[in-house]
Amino acid sequence: MTLQITQMLDARGLSCPMPIVKTAQAIKTMPSGGLIEVLATDPGSVKDFAAWSRTTGNELVEQTTDDGVFRFVLRRK
Amino acid sequence: MDEPLNLVLFSGTDDKLQAAAVLTAGAAALGKPVNVFLQYWALDAFRADRILGDHGLAPEAGAEGRAAVDDLRAAGQASWAETLRQAKELGGVDIEACSLSMDLLHLTPADLDPLVDGVEGVTAFYLNAGEGQVIFI
Repeated sequence: MTLQITQMLDARGLSCPMPIVKTAQAIKTMPSGGLIEVLATDPGSVKDFAAWSRTTGNELVEQTTDDGVFRFVLRRK
Repeated sequence: MDEPLNLVLFSGTDDKLQAAAVLTAGAAALGKPVNVFLQYWALDAFRADRILGDHGLAPEAGAEGRAAVDDLRAAGQASWAETLRQAKELGGVDIEACSLSMDLLHLTPADLDPLVDGVEGVTAFYLNAGEGQVIFI
């Protein structure tokens, strides 16, 4: 099944905690169930997105890493 | 997550304000309310005519620390003021000036950057802090 991404956020080059802050801002504008794809290079982002997902209830659907770029797909609660 | 995070900012150097802004933004992103109470030199850094200026670094930074901070900024790191602005956009962040420090620095609310929501005394700060942790920076 291909995920239907409804929003993209390029947070590459942003340092902690901006990738999470920008994601939290963006997801508020999306409908429940909507999917957002985030790209980040902040080395803390893998643990941060997992913790943010657990705490806020927005599901982390996918997480991949490619050449130092972390990619996250989250579904709005 | 209902209890707020309460930050008392005393130091007015850019590194400590940056660390405080990061803590604030992280908590705001998690939906945790944050109360920021500005005292002494931290409040001075929030003056509208000084907020964008250079507020120096803590003494332990030294020349090497100065260079490291400058490198991160050159790489595009958001300033502490911008980080706080983003955190406030998420909601739940209240920034208050300590009324004693306002007197000390001879400031009126009109002297402060719009990031500051108001002026209050320590009693109001503790009331809003509830059972949440109080962190002094």
